[in-house]
Amino acid sequence: MQKKEEIQAQQPFAHWLNRVEGIGGAWARRLVEVFGTPEEVYRASEKSLLAVVGSSRLEELLKAQKNEVYEAYESMERDNIVFIPCYHPDYPKRLLQIPDSPFGVYVKGRVLKDCERSVAIVGARNCSAYGRYVADAFARELAKEGVAVISGMAKGIDGVAQNGALAAGGRTYAVLGCGVDICYPASHERLYEEICRTGGVLSTYPPKTAPTPKLFPPRNRIISGLSDAVLVVEARQKSGTLITVDMALEQGREVYVVPGRITDRLSDGCNRLLLQGAGMAISPAQMIKELSETVWRSCPQEAQDGADSRVKDVAAGNTETGITAAEKYSGQEKALLSLLDFYPISMEQIYIMAQNEKLLCGLKLPQLMELLLKLIARGMVADEGGYYGLKKPI
Amino acid sequence: MFSAVNTGGIRGMDAYPVRVEVDLSRGLPCFELVGSAGNEVKEARERVQIALKNEGVALPVSKITVNLSPADIRKEGTGYDLPIAAGLLACMGMFPASAFQNTAFLGELALNGEVRRINGVLPIVIALKKAGIDIFLVPAANAGECAAVPGIRTVGLKSVRELIDYLKADEAERCRCFPPYTKWKTEKAEAGKKDFAQVCGQESAKRAAEVAAAGFHHLMLAGAPGTGKTMIAERIPGILPPMSEEEKLEVSAIYSIAGKLESEGLMENRPFLAPHHTVSPQAMAGGGRIPRPGLLSLAHRGILFLDEMPEFSSAVLEVLRQPMEERRVHIDRSHGSYTYPADFMLVCAMNPCPCGYFPDRNRCNCSPADIRRYLGRISGPILDRIDMITEAAPVAVKDLYEAKAGEDTDTIRQRVLQARERQQFRYRGSRYRFNGELPGSEVKKYCFPTFDGQRFLEQMEEAGQISARAFHKILRLARTTADLAGSEEIGQAHLAEAICYNSGRRRFWNQMAM
Repeated sequence: MQKKEEIQAQQPFAHWLNRVEGIGGAWARRLVEVFGTPEEVYRASEKSLLAVVGSSRLEELLKAQKNEVYEAYESMERDNIVFIPCYHPDYPKRLLQIPDSPFGVYVKGRVLKDCERSVAIVGARNCSAYGRYVADAFARELAKEGVAVISGMAKGIDGVAQNGALAAGGRTYAVLGCGVDICYPASHERLYEEICRTGGVLSTYPPKTAPTPKLFPPRNRIISGLSDAVLVVEARQKSGTLITVDMALEQGREVYVVPGRITDRLSDGCNRLLLQGAGMAISPAQMIKELSETVWRSCPQEAQDGADSRVKDVAAGNTETGITAAEKYSGQEKALLSLLDFYPISMEQIYIMAQNEKLLCGLKLPQLMELLLKLIARGMVADEGGYYGLKKPI
Repeated sequence: MFSAVNTGGIRGMDAYPVRVEVDLSRGLPCFELVGSAGNEVKEARERVQIALKNEGVALPVSKITVNLSPADIRKEGTGYDLPIAAGLLACMGMFPASAFQNTAFLGELALNGEVRRINGVLPIVIALKKAGIDIFLVPAANAGECAAVPGIRTVGLKSVRELIDYLKADEAERCRCFPPYTKWKTEKAEAGKKDFAQVCGQESAKRAAEVAAAGFHHLMLAGAPGTGKTMIAERIPGILPPMSEEEKLEVSAIYSIAGKLESEGLMENRPFLAPHHTVSPQAMAGGGRIPRPGLLSLAHRGILFLDEMPEFSSAVLEVLRQPMEERRVHIDRSHGSYTYPADFMLVCAMNPCPCGYFPDRNRCNCSPADIRRYLGRISGPILDRIDMITEAAPVAVKDLYEAKAGEDTDTIRQRVLQARERQQFRYRGSRYRFNGELPGSEVKKYCFPTFDGQRFLEQMEEAGQISARAFHKILRLARTTADLAGSEEIGQAHLAEAICYNSGRRRFWNQMAM
């Protein structure tokens, strides 16, 4: 099956085969190998099938053979959803290499090209302001670099990273734990549409599959499988993010971890990974540089151009691209900034700490508030509904 | 024989004069009571007959007819016992009709002839005084509130015997036996009991309470459990300006109608009501077949404190909407509509998330959806009417040891009083009294920021810190912070403080889209 037309003609049957219950990626591939095309599998006799699969799978196959083929495929096509089976030229090669490689993927939008460099950014759904900031900063820098950001479109780190990549004009791909026609979580409607438009939404599950908890861990292997490296931003000790890391290691992907404070439960998982020897990510530039020297060394030159100029920046000592601001602050402003952290705190806590600061202890609440709001106006401080934290490092 | 006696009745918040007409005529002995009398009013026949009998007065064997005029308004309550008894006694010729001149009677009778307290004496006395009556014979238990109305003579009665004694006596004897209540007992305000000095730390929440009290702004305190939200709320009445005589009468009238005026005399302190979160919407707004003022009206000119606000049923919270806007409650019944005043300052307390420790990510593991659901129990329109939202920070035990005593209630109240005076001066001749009452359309007329302040506002708008929606709220609040600072101009610091009190609102609106 090499010709495009031939593959096209087989599409409905490929979609059919992918939907047969109890037939996973490995079995589907085996069947196509034996019979030649999915259509042949569809038309195969009971006897010939029995020779390939066991009796339990045979039953499912025979049951499925009675199903309509074209109707389901056409309705999917009408929704602009494409099924890409493993023998398709567009099928990401990276997925072929992983254990338990899926028989095919459904795509809304585009699919990741093999020449595209990609990094998965994953982390806690219930993340902190620090995690949000870091995920956003890394995603933006990677996007500017032309690196595709891959994630699960979940709340928290996933969504922030993908939004950041889009905001920087980059490309991002989402791997869902449900059908690609379903936006989950529903509150990410805008993000979902934007990704469909500029990047792609992928899933191994047929359209209209509703999200259920057991579908999510398997999709994590696709996230790591599609990427050259996985960046963990925030993860608790026991979390789904660590499943992705396990998958990545199994698939031989690079794992980078953003360190956190040892007192933060949200960074426990990250710090433990670092202890076990994961790569440390302390700035986007450092991570990009390291990846350029290892995984991306063999990448085509054109894709590397951007990275090279960036690497020079790193050599020049400007390690935190776009993060450091050389703005001038007054003594009081500096003192106030030094009290703040990425973890938002209330006005009361700021006031208590200010009492111990030489430059601030004379200030009454209204003056302190004025000072704080001026820093907000300058984009240094974020207001999270009455709680204040740093927006970017000082 | 015929006689007529003055008394009064209550309908909603309004009192009206009633004439009790009693007639004795020949015929089959019976006791008729007419004039749209309610159940408890009709029962007066038994109480009056037996009370008089037990005081040694035998009723004549004749046809007794009592009419309550105006006969087309439905009468409720037990205050008609005493006037009916007085009318009967007059008909029996025990004293001349002139004894009733300019005199009104109110009170319930017990079967042994005792005179018992009734509800609503104060508003009735005020209404009857306007009608030209200046001598009031009321139950001794109600004499205090009655005497609070200036320019009248109050006679407190304990029994029917005393009634007879009073009516039979001449002026000199009356003065001797029934010395007029000239001054009611004033209760000293419970100062010192709950003082702001007892609150450790929480400077920002205390400051917010001060601003709220100065401008009568509705206040929401958010914070982890055990941070002293309730403590602060309970101390706010102490820093509010004392009630004027007019306000005292107003509030006491409501309490009188509700039967909650316990003290001898008027309400001296501003009310502080903290209903439990299981309260029903009817108890909140007022209601019943014959409407009575609810908690919202009992909190009139004072504080309504809702602790754990999201725990209140949504029906109860929605009841707050109209009173917070119009400062009164309307209740409609098939037999008429009633309006009760409800000009209260809402203070509410809530946790920032279901577990209470947000945004401390080490202790709080509530998901954004959990938090949104929790905050979502407070609807937008209610939130819109709350001017200030402030956070109380968790207090460490260490802080409790080290904390130096904060400002006490008296110091704070002095500043509040000054701010109050500025407001009184500014709003002289208008219908507003506090900055918190200014509607959006009037804000421009009274609150103008300085040039610097305007630029600051523009900067803040650019930074996404204020929306057009919140603009008026912030100006109104900044007016109060400027008043507290003794400044007629609204400067940057005043605006900054107002913006800070407003930013808590954002947590409710865009509860972290991510």
